Amino acid sequence: MTRSKPPTGANIAGRVKREGEPVVSVAGLSKDFGDRRAVDDISFTISSGECVGFLGPNGAGKTTTINILLGLARKSAGRINLLGREIPEKHRQVKRRIGVVPQADSLDPDLTVAENLLTYAGYFNIPKKKALAKTGELLHFFALSNRSDEIIEHLSGGQRRRLLLARALINDPQLLILDEPTIGLDPQARHLMWERLEILKEQGTTMLLTSHYLDEVSRLSDRVLIMDQGRIVAEGAPRQLISEMVGLEVFEVEGSGAELDELEKKFSTCKAEIERANDKLYVYTREECDRLEKLLAGKRDWLRRPANLEDLFIQLTGRSLREA
Amino acid sequence: MSGLYFRAIWLRNARVWRKHVMSSLIGNLGQPLLFLIAMGYGLGRDIEVIEGMTYLQFIAPGLVASAVMYSAAFETTYGSYTRLSIQKTYEAILITPLEINDLVLGEVVWAASRGFMAGLIMLAALPLFGVWPSVWTFALLPVLFMAGIFFAAFGLIMTALATNYDFFNYFTSLVITPLFLFSGIFFSLQTMAPKARLIFEFLPLTPIVNLSRMFCYGRIEGIWLYQVGGFLLLTVFSVWLAIVLLRRRLIQ
Repeated sequence: MTRSKPPTGANIAGRVKREGEPVVSVAGLSKDFGDRRAVDDISFTISSGECVGFLGPNGAGKTTTINILLGLARKSAGRINLLGREIPEKHRQVKRRIGVVPQADSLDPDLTVAENLLTYAGYFNIPKKKALAKTGELLHFFALSNRSDEIIEHLSGGQRRRLLLARALINDPQLLILDEPTIGLDPQARHLMWERLEILKEQGTTMLLTSHYLDEVSRLSDRVLIMDQGRIVAEGAPRQLISEMVGLEVFEVEGSGAELDELEKKFSTCKAEIERANDKLYVYTREECDRLEKLLAGKRDWLRRPANLEDLFIQLTGRSLREA
Repeated sequence: MSGLYFRAIWLRNARVWRKHVMSSLIGNLGQPLLFLIAMGYGLGRDIEVIEGMTYLQFIAPGLVASAVMYSAAFETTYGSYTRLSIQKTYEAILITPLEINDLVLGEVVWAASRGFMAGLIMLAALPLFGVWPSVWTFALLPVLFMAGIFFAAFGLIMTALATNYDFFNYFTSLVITPLFLFSGIFFSLQTMAPKARLIFEFLPLTPIVNLSRMFCYGRIEGIWLYQVGGFLLLTVFSVWLAIVLLRRRLIQ
């Protein structure tokens, strides 16, 4: 894999950092599919320069919400303002300034890497000369310059994903919407994507990110919105939400039912939430519980770790599978 | 300006098409040319004059019209359905400033261009078979392009309704092939029983076959204006329906 250093001086997103202005403002948004309410009266804003992680189990309503923002679905109720304009009335103007990395690979398989970008530039009516310059710049930034004339079929999964991100930046977007940007990638390819996204973030690109990889969301997001069954069930900075709603640390202990019963009693001496699931004991501590580690002295299968976004996610949306 | 958004989609399709020009031309022109040889030259030698023409002369203009139909309709069925489903090209386009109207116009005008090109090549090939089109043939060109628009929109309507590729087998067997056989390309409708003739006259390819024959040989009849006008209305309606149905399919 090529890991050439990106040009840090160049402002690839082409945006000046302006924090604070709302880029996305959604109020009372609902969407019904027949009898089913997919999105149920949600409201949120995203400020300029912010990266917001949009989380939720499958079927929570994230994709529907994004589709409404993009005009791929019609809202049933509510108001949406994107980049200072009402949606859907001003969609055409607004979408000039939005970049999207869709979940499904929608690159043109018959075209080369460069042709894909040039064709996409055409959809934004970007003049040929400017499109050529931008294409060169983006291919360099995403370490794809040497694949410029390759047809898409010959690219690796990581290269395709980077090209999808490059394509989303062809119009210098003020808002970047990333729907599962690293789905199906190996760890090396994911890290490369993250590095590039972090540079974009530093340059002030406003981002809305959905992902099932919660480490990805923790790493990139300033704030998360957690959706479940069409509603926003939590919203805030990840660290703050985790410490408020989950706790400081997590002990995970495996053992027989009797052993765990006994431990559960002992653990209750410390301020902590205790959960039993699948023959495992989970202790979410609300205060320093160092002494608890002594209780586990003789045990083999246990783990002490900081509480993370995944704990929060499971706590809010449950452990059961969500399948449509 | 706002009316020209579809141009980007036309250019996208042209860019892809350039990569396999040969296979697509052979696919589109093979059939009408083979029919011209087999029926016009082969069968035609045993047929006396039909409506004052040799059989080869009689079927040649209709085969030009059919080449337009095949090219345009196949592009917006098999081609467009691939872009809609497997390649997700429509999704990629609709997240840009382009909208459903632009998408439909781009696809339809592109497919009509391909149909038109197939028609032109067929016309240019006719002298090889000893069939010489008249100067009136230039007036036929816009009619052929309009026919391309109609059959492209018709194909796109099928794409908006299709759930898989098998759907297009029905479309080909039950719609396109009967149109090819019964629109007066191979036999004269004038001598048919009035009731049967009425049905055949209302097939959408029939006016195009008539107009092709008229303009190709400069034998202009007054009915041409009605046929062009009627077909134009049908074309506008089918483009509108393609927009409505594709919007229903793509926008939830």
